[in-house]
Amino acid sequence: MWLWFSKLGSPKWFYELSGKWLPWLVAFMVVTMTIGLIWALLFVPEDYQQSFTNRIFYVHVPVASISLAVFPLMAVAGAITLVWKMKLADMVAKCAAPIGVWFTGVALATGAIWGEPMWGTWWVWDARLTSMLLQFFLLIGVVALRSAIESPDAAARACALLSIVGAINVPIIKYSVEWWNTLHQPPTPLSMDAESANGPEIWVPLLIMIAAVYCFFVISLILSTRNEILQRERRSQWVMDIVAAERV
Amino acid sequence: MSDQSMPVQNSAAQVSTFAAFRATLRRDLLIALKRRNDLLNPLMFFLIVVSLFPLGVSSDPNELTRIAAGTVWVSALLASMLSLDNLFRADYEDGSLEQLLLSPQPLYFMVLAKNISHWLISGLPVVLLSPLLAYMMYLPADAYWTLVFTLLLGTPVLSLFGAIGVALTVGLGSRGLILAVIVLPLTMPVLIIGAKAVADASLGLPLGMHYALLGAILAMSLSLAPLASAAALRISVN
Repeated sequence: MWLWFSKLGSPKWFYELSGKWLPWLVAFMVVTMTIGLIWALLFVPEDYQQSFTNRIFYVHVPVASISLAVFPLMAVAGAITLVWKMKLADMVAKCAAPIGVWFTGVALATGAIWGEPMWGTWWVWDARLTSMLLQFFLLIGVVALRSAIESPDAAARACALLSIVGAINVPIIKYSVEWWNTLHQPPTPLSMDAESANGPEIWVPLLIMIAAVYCFFVISLILSTRNEILQRERRSQWVMDIVAAERV
Repeated sequence: MSDQSMPVQNSAAQVSTFAAFRATLRRDLLIALKRRNDLLNPLMFFLIVVSLFPLGVSSDPNELTRIAAGTVWVSALLASMLSLDNLFRADYEDGSLEQLLLSPQPLYFMVLAKNISHWLISGLPVVLLSPLLAYMMYLPADAYWTLVFTLLLGTPVLSLFGAIGVALTVGLGSRGLILAVIVLPLTMPVLIIGAKAVADASLGLPLGMHYALLGAILAMSLSLAPLASAAALRISVN
């Protein structure tokens, strides 16, 4: 168990393993994304109130659900950095922050595009939108702190601490904003019943899209982590070997 | 040699945590009282920011009444942000922060003492001045006490959260705005609850829940935030 754990911390091991995974992940993403998008955009029955505008739901919900997972991910990686000083955890945390900013930004943007025809406005100071916006600010704070500290080691630990503090704060922000103002619809329970308003023909494509977008997130995280590994380990023998092999 | 250094070590260990806490608090308060300008600047800033709103929005009493609670709270938040830099900066520059980190006393209590003195110097005056500004903003009379009490519960939280940000950035050459970018999102729950409580008070609504939430946030940040600041100081000061 511990052997496995220390192996996981080795950037070289991760680089090799993720290199093997990548083609499979990309293939899986292309298949699910194609099926999900075609199904969601062409074949899902139109909503009786929202007509075709509800189709953005199939992009908005997966992206938003992943952007909620970024802070916990960064906090866990940060805790590992602080406790075990594992280099790989910090590389993942460093790469996750900007990707998280992007996903949160896209969730806000698709929400605005959906909100315009539905609520008649691009932006409302509603609970979930506001807490999303605040999470966006928190993530930007982490990215800004990372770029402000020059020593990579100090930056790693400082960002780890800020991510943990931020992760504790995210639920507080969520609840404080929630009773402050609510317009966003509550999550609707899924139903197996075909007659229900949320039957399988609505949520099966949603699940496929969630899988596809998660896969996309993992791929971007792996790619940028691999980049970071090469950059930080550029003086080690195995990276030089790879570079030499590429040159030939 | 070792015989001579032993008693010194012992006497250092014998200083109780509470005595060290009191000494740190006393030292910080004394330093602050000698620098009058640092005392006045956050207050002046608070006063000026609040008076910008009637100039920028409208001088109509009805309109000002509507935004009074939020304006006073936002200005208090910004004033406490401005004074944060005094918290560890001077100690970092003259090296006494390192001595604090090296001391055998738990860093939690040292940071807590610094936080308390910072609040007494920059937070409490803002709380005391707030009724005057509330009057200038035509806040309904019912809400005065609520404003003072929510600020009393809320401004310590602003100091405690701010200390984390200052501790993380104290070693940076060009910190400037990054402190605000890090700290402001953390303080928003306090702002939301505080401003909402004052607004509710002027409508005559019940307030128990707001006080309970603010008290809970204060209790939690009193117990956890100095730990985070202490860890951050150890990261920033090598």
